[in-house]
Amino acid sequence: MSGGYEGKENVVNIEQSENRLVLQGNEAIVEGALASGCRFFAGYPITPASEIAELMSFKLPAVGGSFIQMEDEIASMGAIIGASLAGVKSLTATSGPGFSLMQENLGFACVAEVPCVVVNVMRGGPSTGLPTSPSQGDVMQARWGTHGDHPIIVLAVSSVRDCFEITVHAFNLSEKYRVPVILLSDEVVAHTREDIILPELKNLEVVERIRPSVPPEWYIPYEDNSRGVPAMADIGSGYRHHVTGLIHDAKGFPTQRSDEIDAFTRRQFRKITNGFCEIQMTKSLMMDDAEIAVIAYGAVSRSALRAIRIARERGVKAGLLQLITLFPFPKKAVDPVLRQCRAVLVPEMNMGQIIREVKRVNLSSKVVKYSRVDGQFITPDEIFEQLLAMYM
Amino acid sequence: MDEKFAGLRHDYLRHDKKFPHVWCPGCGNGIVLGALIRAIDRLELEKDELVLASGIGCAGRMPVYVDFNTLHTTHGRALTFATGIKLAKPELNVITVMGDGDATAIGGNHFIHAARRNLDLTAIIINNQIYGMTGGQYSPTTPYGAIASTAMHGHIEHAFSIAELAITAGASFVARGTVYHAAMLDTLLAKGIAKTGFSVIEVMSNCHTQYGRKNQMGDPVTMMKWFKENGVSKEKAARLSEEEMAGKFTIGVLADVDKPNYIEEYEKIREKAGAV
Ligand SMILES: Cc1ncc(C[n+]2csc(CCOP(=O)(O)OP(=O)(O)O)c2C)c(N)n1
Ligand code: SF4
Repeated sequence: MSGGYEGKENVVNIEQSENRLVLQGNEAIVEGALASGCRFFAGYPITPASEIAELMSFKLPAVGGSFIQMEDEIASMGAIIGASLAGVKSLTATSGPGFSLMQENLGFACVAEVPCVVVNVMRGGPSTGLPTSPSQGDVMQARWGTHGDHPIIVLAVSSVRDCFEITVHAFNLSEKYRVPVILLSDEVVAHTREDIILPELKNLEVVERIRPSVPPEWYIPYEDNSRGVPAMADIGSGYRHHVTGLIHDAKGFPTQRSDEIDAFTRRQFRKITNGFCEIQMTKSLMMDDAEIAVIAYGAVSRSALRAIRIARERGVKAGLLQLITLFPFPKKAVDPVLRQCRAVLVPEMNMGQIIREVKRVNLSSKVVKYSRVDGQFITPDEIFEQLLAMYM
Repeated sequence: MDEKFAGLRHDYLRHDKKFPHVWCPGCGNGIVLGALIRAIDRLELEKDELVLASGIGCAGRMPVYVDFNTLHTTHGRALTFATGIKLAKPELNVITVMGDGDATAIGGNHFIHAARRNLDLTAIIINNQIYGMTGGQYSPTTPYGAIASTAMHGHIEHAFSIAELAITAGASFVARGTVYHAAMLDTLLAKGIAKTGFSVIEVMSNCHTQYGRKNQMGDPVTMMKWFKENGVSKEKAARLSEEEMAGKFTIGVLADVDKPNYIEEYEKIREKAGAV
């Protein structure tokens, strides 16, 4: 493992806990969100994400939080931004059609730097598509779905345990960098039941946004600092300020000055670039002596893991790089894999989205595409066959 | 009176925001802002406890000038952000200000559901019967037959009555005022803000620039006269026949009912769920 994932896994010491459960991915996301301190959920029902809303509606009131079913996903996204501005960690969950509706307000969360987590349990698309089949078709939408130049963090989960742990990371990164985090799941992870041991809350690292330490008269809501992440005051905490979707100056007021516009846009990117080493999470398995490798994410990385094990049994030196962070794209972890291996396979349940990012890292490397777009999950055997062909 | 209001302006407008404002000279939006400040002063509300959230449009530019917690959201969505804020911090007094297009075209779905839900929010809708900011295209309240920049041959759709829509959708408090009846507007806004539950105050306002000029009312005074002549009190309207009311509209408090509001109800849910 590399990136922030490695460090924090020790903190989430699963083995020491006695809280052993069998959960489906969607349920584990709820547990992860609550453990992260999420106390607000707004959403609109959609397969295969609805269980998240249902469980949140049941659990949030018991912990003093609030759940609301809004009239659509546009409204859900607006509501979670509002709650987060008021200082409450917020979540929404949806699938393709709803994720499309969220894009406009997602851009607001980017421009106003409002921490929040958006789960997209991917299903086949476009449009109503394949409501009950898995897909990885929304990867580029997660990165570029809202208009305009903006950084965003996109994470992908592959297991029930991931659903818990990566949700915690999603909230932590969102709070720390004041940026919306998209958590990509898929129909397979969402509905698979697996055994999970929930960590004790006291063993969990939970990050809170930095709130202003100066008196209200001195507070400048979008003032730059070394991290590029301004301190964030809760609405109603005495730090009256203005929040807008217009490009704004350090005080939060709309600006047309080119120097201020430039500084604003560059800071948005700088704050994320500064955090690359903890934001870009990957996991590498059997890579030490690997001659060929699979680069995969989401549920497909589970099949890939099985495939490289089969390959190893047959003497094929195969390894796996699992991408947990899809964006900002973890070039630093991908580059050595491309240099080390003669060929790299990128299996995806789409016509090839992340593979473009992989290829761009090192244009001279051999990167092989494997796409499955028939609504079916990619199996270990399929990946193994591809690996074998590459190894020959 | 003038001196008192000058003092209020000093108390409630932001000192660090560069004026002049973005509105055309004589725009009704300024009158609504003045009335809002007077209403808030009358209610003796603390600035820290007030949130003013808007959508996009000329009306949407209002929050930036006032020294409350202010939010300028996306087109039509102010009520959705306000919903999140109110649920997260029920102790805050959350007011939204929207244009007619903002609230009832792109934001129409949010508007009716906010009314139905009866969350304790106040929605001020500045109805200038046109899309002001984008250059005079027709809105859901543009009258049949009027000229708009996307209806140069005359408008063939029929207008919404925002207040009636709000009543039907279940708002607890619904009022309609005009920028001509400014003193009444202070009172309507104060009542709406003080009311627990979803309150709607529709304010008929002049966009002489984009609506008036195309419809033989090219200056603020002509439009004011139009509001004066056509705004009819509820009591008087009750005595007029349908023909006599044609082209006119009622002003005053149009609905004021008490019913359980969302925050109280949710508190009961928390108790049932065993919240500590
Ligand atoms: C999603 C979206 N569509 C369109 C616009 C462009 N737009 C900005 S303001 C506006 C209409 C404003 O009219 P109204 O809500 O009546 O407010 P007014 O300007 O008259 O106060 C439109 C269409 C936008 N900002 N966002
Ligand atoms: S365009 Fe119309 S609504 Fe906008 S500021 Fe001018 S008069 Fe007011």
